[in-house]
Amino acid sequence: MFENYSDSSVYLAIVLAPLIGSIIAGIFNTYISRAVAHTVTIAGVGLSFILAVFVFKYFAFDDAQVYNETVYTWLVSDGIRFEIGFLVDNLTSMMLLVVSFVSLMVHLYTIGYMQEDPGYKRFFSYISLFTFSMYMLVMSNNFLQLFFGWEAVGLVSYLLIGFYYQKESAIFANMKAFLVNRVGDFGFILGIAAVLMVFNTLDYADVFSMANSKADLMIEIIPGSQWSMMTLMCILLFIGAMGKSAQVPLHVWLPDSMEGPTPISALIHAATMVTAGIFMVTRMSPLFELSETALSFIMVIGAITALFMGFLGVIQNDIKRVVAYSTLSQLGYMTVALGASAYSAAVFHLMTHAFFKALLFLAAGSVIIGMHHVQDIRQMGGLKKYMPITYWTSLLGTLALIGFPGFSGFFSKDSIIEAVHASHLVGSDFAYYAVLAGVFITALYSLRLFFIVFHGRERMDQHTKAHLKESPWVVTVPLVLLAIPSVIIGGMTISSVLYGDYFSNVVFVQHGHDVLGHLKEEYHGPMAMVLHGVTSAPFFLMVAGIATAWVLYMKRPEWPAKIKNSFGLIYDILDNKYGFDAFNEKVIAGGTRGIGHVLSKFGDIMIIDGFVVNGSAKSVAWFSSIIRQVQTGYLYHYAFAMILGLIGLLALAVF
Amino acid sequence: METIVFYVFSAFMILSALMVVTVHNPVRAAFFLVLTFFSSAAVWLLLEAEFLAVILIIVYVGAVMVLFLFVVMMLDINLAELKKGFVRNLPFAIIVALAMFTMIFMVVGSEQFGIDKFAIPERHASDYSNVSALGQVLYTDYVYSFEIAAVILLVGIVAAISLTLRRRPNTRHQKIEEQVALKSADRLRVVKVDAQARKYSLAKKTTGSEGEK
Amino acid sequence: MLTLTHFLVLSAIIFSISLAGVFINRKNVIILLMCVELMLLAVNTNFIAFSYFLNDTAGQVFVFFILTVAAAEAAIGLAILVVLFRNKRTINVEELDTLKG
Repeated sequence: MFENYSDSSVYLAIVLAPLIGSIIAGIFNTYISRAVAHTVTIAGVGLSFILAVFVFKYFAFDDAQVYNETVYTWLVSDGIRFEIGFLVDNLTSMMLLVVSFVSLMVHLYTIGYMQEDPGYKRFFSYISLFTFSMYMLVMSNNFLQLFFGWEAVGLVSYLLIGFYYQKESAIFANMKAFLVNRVGDFGFILGIAAVLMVFNTLDYADVFSMANSKADLMIEIIPGSQWSMMTLMCILLFIGAMGKSAQVPLHVWLPDSMEGPTPISALIHAATMVTAGIFMVTRMSPLFELSETALSFIMVIGAITALFMGFLGVIQNDIKRVVAYSTLSQLGYMTVALGASAYSAAVFHLMTHAFFKALLFLAAGSVIIGMHHVQDIRQMGGLKKYMPITYWTSLLGTLALIGFPGFSGFFSKDSIIEAVHASHLVGSDFAYYAVLAGVFITALYSLRLFFIVFHGRERMDQHTKAHLKESPWVVTVPLVLLAIPSVIIGGMTISSVLYGDYFSNVVFVQHGHDVLGHLKEEYHGPMAMVLHGVTSAPFFLMVAGIATAWVLYMKRPEWPAKIKNSFGLIYDILDNKYGFDAFNEKVIAGGTRGIGHVLSKFGDIMIIDGFVVNGSAKSVAWFSSIIRQVQTGYLYHYAFAMILGLIGLLALAVF
Repeated sequence: METIVFYVFSAFMILSALMVVTVHNPVRAAFFLVLTFFSSAAVWLLLEAEFLAVILIIVYVGAVMVLFLFVVMMLDINLAELKKGFVRNLPFAIIVALAMFTMIFMVVGSEQFGIDKFAIPERHASDYSNVSALGQVLYTDYVYSFEIAAVILLVGIVAAISLTLRRRPNTRHQKIEEQVALKSADRLRVVKVDAQARKYSLAKKTTGSEGEK
Repeated sequence: MLTLTHFLVLSAIIFSISLAGVFINRKNVIILLMCVELMLLAVNTNFIAFSYFLNDTAGQVFVFFILTVAAAEAAIGLAILVVLFRNKRTINVEELDTLKG
């Protein structure tokens, strides 16, 4: 299709096709029909998907050279160039493929899901805009464009969470997502500022080539204490990733983001945007490798997220929130892998997770369509016979999620667990046990959801039951198309992605951290890994999780209530989500409000308004009321003043 | 001789200036002002400024003072009221005037501008014309200033007229341009009238006169 | 023997008298205008004296222009006076205090 992979027009086309679709659907909203809206946006995303496939082919199979070019110079200030440019390598091409594929599936699925929604065209405009933003993020070759993409996906996420803008909870959720992301983005932009300060450039290639020479740089933030510049920079950048990829304690926005329509939960809050942090850290691996402190920090944060967010999934009753907490937990896994310097494993899990999590979300959406927008799993049950395609695809997705040997999730997740096990950084032991326990929890909440929704007693009301049927083909086709990679992609690609040299020119790992190199010695192909997998600890934990779920929700459905009553305290803690929301609400938001109140009362009203603004006006009025007495209006008084001045001048001349 | 002339006219000048500021009747003040200007013109003649001396008399005495007198007579001023407060202000005015004079005297006194600093120049010959000497520079070096002075006078005329011009709302004016632009057809309308019975002849005349309006 | 000082002192006296006149006459704007004319006369006398003693016609040219401007000023000043009287029915300086702050 195109012979010259280093032609920037191809990459421009990938980026601009969805943007044009979005503009047509968005700006010409009132002039076009629904069919036109979804046709142009799907055409745009479809075109970019086809091009992404070719790009991927060139990089994965034809050993294409890394493309790193600037397409537009925005401005040059004091020697620092602010540019738009594309860096396309193996990592980018894989991300492009994942993003465009999931995005395309979601576009198709939306036709069915949003059928009756008045905001149909607006929705298509948003998701195409999101696709554009995500492309900008993954293809950027400098920090500025990365930040642009970072903020743009955040903006679209905000718009989509608040898509039902007349619903109060949706508005609350999107504001929450936006504010929490501001916290992360603040760290992120400070990190970028640190990069600019140290390297005096924003270009990836320049920064990475200079990174080693700056490794021992120290900075004195608080007088008297020397901090490693690299550690500071990496932690600041990672704070950005914590916001975007919803790591503890900045995770609170992700469960609430389920207020948005289900397709975007699949696209943005499961498959692509939330993985931007993972992508970013992987891209910055030459920097992160220089700071073991930062890596340990990342690993511990990831481990906490992976385990404790999993617990919350067990008690949730909203079908989408269960999947959301599962997403948090899986993002924790990826972060742990980053901390263990297993960047390839993180990105590998990112890819597999994108497929099966998008699948699970879309399946949940399919269930929601069937249930007429009921999301409470306590009103579901026995859906297997009504929705066979949804059932089977969900089963595949669930098995992939819990890491059943042979499924794609198994390869990525097992690799992460092994990589953490092999790591020697501070905190790696804690992380190892956390991710191991996470396997059990994952199996428990996934199968709980699966059993409650698709098996057991039919708890829905008669009216719903009468209309219960399988979703239309635009919904089921994406499910099937996503189910295929969910099953096979892990086994297919693990040899090259994880243990091959696919990421060798992208990811930089210091020799002492090279856990994957260590694992590679024991790796003998995917089949051997599966066989070995069924005898390892994660497998037994997973089986235990499945068995527990089966006993609790199939065999003895009355037990969960009893457990809940006997462990009331733990249940309360979990139900309050460890009190993060309450803490944020009371301490951070309340404190800010309190400070704001005090500042407004004393600082603003008293000092600025009262003293500075009105005070100066009053003092001018007071002064002029005195001075004004001089202005009598009588001619001879003015004449006298003039004469005085004249006499004064003459006196100057004389004396 | 010159000294005597100077002192005589200076005395006239100072006395009449004093009268200008002290008399209550503005008409008298104007006449004393005329006297001051006359004396001043004489002093100027001593300084060989013949042209300006003549101009002073022509412009000031002949025009400006007449203007003053006109205005004084035009305005209906209550003289009795104008006299009030004169004595009260007198000491203050004397103090200010004395202070002013002392200061100026200290500046222009003989230490700075005495005979040793400024020698008395030679008198010009009798065929010297001050007018042509002034004209020589006025129309060459100062020609632009001269033009501007002309413009200032024009502006003065326009300003004085526009300030005092009083428009009465129901004054009738002649609109000359409309009169000129008028055509005979606008004034005269020929109306064709069929022959009619005699009893309508009165009405016919009325129609004819309407056309002439 | 007439020196420059004679003329300068004469004009200083005239100037001081007219200055006193401004302060004495608090009732009549016309007298004030006359005082201003007197001041200009004093200044003109100075100019002419210097012109004569420095043997430079520029001083006389200046006086010429001052006379021009003074004539215009007198005309406009009197016009303003007429308008003022027409509007206020008075030319009493003590009643004209609209500029009072």
